[in-house]
Amino acid sequence: MSREMICINCPMGCHLTVDDTDKSNIKVTGNTCPRGVTYAVNEVTAPKRMVTGSAVVVGGTIPMVSVKTREAIPKELIFKSLEQLKAVRLKAPVRIGDVVIGNVCGCGVDFIATKNVDAE
Amino acid sequence: MKKIKLVIVGGGPAGLAAAKSAYDAGERDILILEREAELGGILNQCIHNGFGLHTFKEELTGPEYAARYIDEVKKRKINYKLEATVIDVSNDKVVTYVSAQDGLVQIQAKAIILACGCRERPRGAINIAGMRGAGVFSAGTAQKLVNIDGYLPGKEVVILGSGDIGLIMARRMTFEGAHVQAVVELMPYSSGLNRNIVQCLNDFGIPLYFSHTVVNIKGKDRVEGVVIAQVDEKLQPIKSTERLIPCDTLLLSVGLLPENELAKNAEVKLSPTTGGAIVDENLMTSVEGVFECGNVLHVHDLVDFVSAESENAGKRAVDYINGVSLTNEKTVIACTNGVRYCVPTVLNRDEIYAEQSFKMRVANVFKKVELAVLADGVKIYGRKRPVVAPGEMENITLNAEQIKALKQAKTVEITLIKGESK
Repeated sequence: MSREMICINCPMGCHLTVDDTDKSNIKVTGNTCPRGVTYAVNEVTAPKRMVTGSAVVVGGTIPMVSVKTREAIPKELIFKSLEQLKAVRLKAPVRIGDVVIGNVCGCGVDFIATKNVDAE
Repeated sequence: MKKIKLVIVGGGPAGLAAAKSAYDAGERDILILEREAELGGILNQCIHNGFGLHTFKEELTGPEYAARYIDEVKKRKINYKLEATVIDVSNDKVVTYVSAQDGLVQIQAKAIILACGCRERPRGAINIAGMRGAGVFSAGTAQKLVNIDGYLPGKEVVILGSGDIGLIMARRMTFEGAHVQAVVELMPYSSGLNRNIVQCLNDFGIPLYFSHTVVNIKGKDRVEGVVIAQVDEKLQPIKSTERLIPCDTLLLSVGLLPENELAKNAEVKLSPTTGGAIVDENLMTSVEGVFECGNVLHVHDLVDFVSAESENAGKRAVDYINGVSLTNEKTVIACTNGVRYCVPTVLNRDEIYAEQSFKMRVANVFKKVELAVLADGVKIYGRKRPVVAPGEMENITLNAEQIKALKQAKTVEITLIKGESK
């Protein structure tokens, strides 16, 4: 199958065409540098994204704490991970780096807090 | 009247970095005035990642980036006041603030750093016709509601403007269960990063309509829909292309303006191009001892550059307090051939630093150009760029020798040389 995508490595924003009909020989055209190829191959084989959001904190000075996945997770897990996050009720205090949800959706990556919230 | 050597207005990334570097340059008599209940400024609501790649060599979220600088300020025991709003800065450097705790307080400062950031352009600034129902928010307001307060401002959303905040909010609203119908962009290009177009729109199938705008807002009590239309090359809406998109919310991401009301009170000369002060390479304004840094000076793309600029302002403010003369004959830097502005705006003739950075924006998208610095018409620096765009701030750094050449010149020009870099 052939797909169009925009390379995100630099402001140039090359319009890439990726043909992954042959999985062992993915063809990328439209790139002006080698980074475009790496990007396109990752995007069609195993796209990953950082997910950032917020979770409810009980008994804190503010009602929400911001969170992130410690590293990028498979793109198809974005909405499932957010569902898990909605159910969380954290108790203040929360410190930056505290694990909010361990092993999100079984992908081996944690949601961690990105903000300090003191107890009220 | 209370006397403080260095008063910093604003406890966001610019104010924090300026305070840290002023302390490290030896100044101990510093006060940061912040109107919110916590330090960190706008970073507190920017919970997405992508901050700090230059400063910390790792990718942080906004609150994490802020926390690093807040820790540095607290470690140095630099004084700060929260929920303290500065209402006036006078030409003779009297800072007036109000707070519930202290009442109205006046401070005679020796130097002032204005680090009070920028504001979003509101609906009134772009004159969208229509009704005034609830549901029209600036993207930043929606961001605060969602990320700090935990409210979702609407469910069926149209976003006007494809700057980074608009794009980030398209994803954020989607994450929280809203349906973003479209992002509408007046220009034929986006001023946002490609990365954000890909990861905030394309990932979720949100359409981006270039050369379109919102011409009407429907709905008496609550927004019920917006009318969008294509625009011609003069950016005028084309009547026959109008169509209604039913929605309950319109987010506006239509530009940021440096917030210079305090600077105006102090009679600081402003640049009509950036909306910020006219500053020299010390980041000093036309009023001696009053400095500007961060988004109050010019709107930045990356907080990393705000921090670097503000650390410079902190150092120079301390130089000024210590009696180093920063006021010499000045040369105005001319921006030509597609360069829209440059900061600094003027150059002092005498001081020469080991290196000096110049930040600039171009007026349009140009491919295969050379960004050049001319002294009396002679090129002393050139950098070839495959593409430059208004959304990406360009940063060039000159060495002492190049700076010397600039300072001896009668005219200094920053320009784009087109079609020579094939």
